[in-house]
Amino acid sequence: MNVAETVFIDNVPTTETDASPPSVTEQKADEADHVLDTMQTQDFPPPSTAKDQFQEELVIKPLHSGDIYASFQFRTQWDTDFLLGSKVSHYRLFPKSLGQVISKFSVRELHISFTQGYWRTMQWGQPFLPSPPGAELWVWFQDTVTDVDLAWKELTNVLSGIFCASLNFIDSTNTVQPSASFKPLGVGNVTDQRFLRYAVLPREIVCTENLTPWKKLLPCGSKAGLAVLMKSEKLFHSSFHSQALHIRPVCKCKSTSWELRQTLNVVFDLHTSGQGKREWSLFKMFSRTLTEACPLASSSKVYVDITDNPQGELFELSPATPLVSQAVVLGDGRTYSVYDLTDHATFGQTHSLNVLLRWRAAESGEMLRPLLHGERYVAGYGLQTGEIHTLVYNNHPYRAFPVLLLDTVPWYLRLYIHTLTVTSKGRDNKPSYIHYQPSKDRLQPHLLEMLIQLPPNSVTEVTVQFERALLKWTEYTPDPNHGFYVGSSVISALVPSVVAMDTNNTQERPLFSSFFPCKEESTYFMRIYTEPLLVNLPTPDFSMPYNVICLTCTVVAVGYGSLYNLLTRTFQVEEPSQGLAKRLANIIRRLRGVPLLT
Amino acid sequence: MAKAGQFFSSGHTNNWAVLVCTSRFWFNYRHVANTLSVYRSVKRLGIPDSHIVLMLADDMACNHRNPKPATVFSHKNMELNVYGDDVEVDYRGYEVTVENFLRVLTGRLPPSTPRSKRLLSDDRSNILIYLTGHGGNGFLKFQDSEEISNVELADAFEQMWTKRRYNELLFIIDTCQGASMYERFYSPNIMALASSQVGEDSLSHQPDLAIGVHLMDRYTFYLLEFLEDIHPSSTTNMKDLFKVCPKSQCVSTPGHRTDLFLRDPGSVLITDFFGSVRKVEITTDTINLTAPMVHLEDTRPVRELRTEIQTYMDQLPVAEIIHQKPKQKDWHPPDGFILGLWTLILLVFFKTYGIKHLKHIF
Repeated sequence: MNVAETVFIDNVPTTETDASPPSVTEQKADEADHVLDTMQTQDFPPPSTAKDQFQEELVIKPLHSGDIYASFQFRTQWDTDFLLGSKVSHYRLFPKSLGQVISKFSVRELHISFTQGYWRTMQWGQPFLPSPPGAELWVWFQDTVTDVDLAWKELTNVLSGIFCASLNFIDSTNTVQPSASFKPLGVGNVTDQRFLRYAVLPREIVCTENLTPWKKLLPCGSKAGLAVLMKSEKLFHSSFHSQALHIRPVCKCKSTSWELRQTLNVVFDLHTSGQGKREWSLFKMFSRTLTEACPLASSSKVYVDITDNPQGELFELSPATPLVSQAVVLGDGRTYSVYDLTDHATFGQTHSLNVLLRWRAAESGEMLRPLLHGERYVAGYGLQTGEIHTLVYNNHPYRAFPVLLLDTVPWYLRLYIHTLTVTSKGRDNKPSYIHYQPSKDRLQPHLLEMLIQLPPNSVTEVTVQFERALLKWTEYTPDPNHGFYVGSSVISALVPSVVAMDTNNTQERPLFSSFFPCKEESTYFMRIYTEPLLVNLPTPDFSMPYNVICLTCTVVAVGYGSLYNLLTRTFQVEEPSQGLAKRLANIIRRLRGVPLLT
Repeated sequence: MAKAGQFFSSGHTNNWAVLVCTSRFWFNYRHVANTLSVYRSVKRLGIPDSHIVLMLADDMACNHRNPKPATVFSHKNMELNVYGDDVEVDYRGYEVTVENFLRVLTGRLPPSTPRSKRLLSDDRSNILIYLTGHGGNGFLKFQDSEEISNVELADAFEQMWTKRRYNELLFIIDTCQGASMYERFYSPNIMALASSQVGEDSLSHQPDLAIGVHLMDRYTFYLLEFLEDIHPSSTTNMKDLFKVCPKSQCVSTPGHRTDLFLRDPGSVLITDFFGSVRKVEITTDTINLTAPMVHLEDTRPVRELRTEIQTYMDQLPVAEIIHQKPKQKDWHPPDGFILGLWTLILLVFFKTYGIKHLKHIF
């Protein structure tokens, strides 16, 4: 062997989990060897009882406007306790980077989302998991944390490194502590809102650099299962793209169990991705087809919403599948065709699954109007004052329900809270609960939370006037003429449902219907986000210092120079030199003694 | 054997790369494409993402003006997508400032900075630093609002040298009058390349009519072409890199500076800086492993059944919210304004009524 020959080792990405996918049948036999390879310390749970499980699913829902909505959900559930005395060191399906974050910062719940685009409720209906444009992060800490603000600051920095996002811009100027919204979504008893922090960065851009680390957190990465469909060139060429991560403790009733949900919602536009034709398939949407389920998943399914297509008269779904499932989601009973990817027969002869929906007839009838809808805009003119209008629509014909409106306004828009008005159907509607925390310049933003009862079939308008502040010249961004963003308002509501909701939370349900816990059968919880605002602040002209220096120097030079000359210049009379002829004539005249010529 | 000895002559054990694009706005697409081309080459030749600090001042791939989202092209007719599917940008948008750049180089970052944003080099690291953007004689503009001067950059490199943060450093800059940026270096073991001399402008390569902007700068375009031929085991040396983009192709005159570098540039391999070549010693001896490990039973006490029943919270408890007690506000000592106001009131009172009334009060 040639000694000088060098071996080139591939780089080992540091964020990937160290679980290589063995096939499901040989899992038990290889477990012993596998465990030897990945064992870190002496105490690890015995490998015979699998304490973690992974499920993945994809829901495809054709929308009324011709667009198509695809929602991926990946859930890893692990029966362990991060907050026990002994450190957890053997990670299998749960990503190690997140496990370390949870134990180090004593996190009880973590919800982070990155969204590009705005969800158009009136055209698309309600999303399974709502998210505002930009980046949103809200965290519940355990009650053992002594300094929540310090833990929050360090947590945002760590997350900015994990997700390659500028979450380090989250500081006290855009963090709030809501007093009634954002109750924990996991199990627990105590809700002291001092341990809750919420921040939103409406300017945050989502691109492949955020998707790459997000995909690496999945047990199979992007190599097997549903995650092979996630190709960035197709996902970002869409009307709406949102990727989120939710960590919360869930009820296993004997021990604590941690759940990690990674969701990706995308809406493909009929004209940009669909080329105008009403025919959608996995290949058209994602430029890939499915070839196998993730070997580490206990369940891997694709659901296609066929509620509007009971006899197949609206669109044709191929390949045909015998599995049909009913679920109550968002207050409505929907029917789904199910493709089970763990069953090899689903892939057929070609060993690939390409779900195809081809429309037969044109869409008829109106879409069911969503019950709750919100809008927000800035009114006014000029760069000094303005008015924020928030409109909340209750489209239910006879039921009234309460909504909780949360507004976070940056400090440079000084709100005049005495001008706050809430009107429904032309009359004043007094909120039953108002919590207002005024802003402090450069320290904290405005926080306004109101519980408003919406009368049936009405529009409620919330208006508040504001004044724009002049920032210090170093506080402007490099592109100040773009404007400054104000984060979306959050509207949380208990909306009456058409169909009885399933309150049994321990039963096995499809992932998309089991995110928000249900307490009552007649209502379901929903959260919607309004548009973010873009306001212009009075911006100085940054080229002015150069202009001022030039102008001032010119004026000073001309003015001072003239004055100096006037004061110090003296005039002397000087004989002009004469021409040659004249000089000769003068010489002759001098000799003659005659007066000289001038 | 002489070749093998030459191959092992560099004293470095790890490679790092700091790639910076300093321009914002859509019409500066080419600067982002420049940086991503070098990123792509460096990754292809073996440097992992954990050893690359990539700073992009604006987002071109997912910019709303980009007709093909999530792509950044470097050739006309969209031949090469340098953005790819596996990219990790460490500093993006407003984070790319002169202060952050200098902090990354010198290592003086706040303690909460994550690892991916740090340059964790040691005295056996070879570092590649690539800068691109708009520049002038002695400065480089960051995001149209601030600039870094060549003196600051030279001092930062000197700080790195005194803190033993690099073994050898290769500095490449692709801006107008780029040679002015390396004029002031005074630390040893630095080799520098620039795309143009003082007084010359670096020009862009070609516009793309579909995207509507210039896709790349000339110097980096030819540099990318040169690097595409390099593979991890190639023996091309720095002298070939100096010949990249002569005046006939670049219109400007690329320059280089090697006086501070101790080794002869002809013996420095391209992969010393652009790649991450691991040297492996192959041994023919056998090693005896110890007895196989025994699985220990889980001896931790099993947690008892939780006595309190854990349930999900009510998401919108209306009655509870309406009757919520107001939050206990921390007591702050009276503000200066309040104190001054009370002092004024007391002064006026005692001036009017005289001091003898004090005993009636106390």
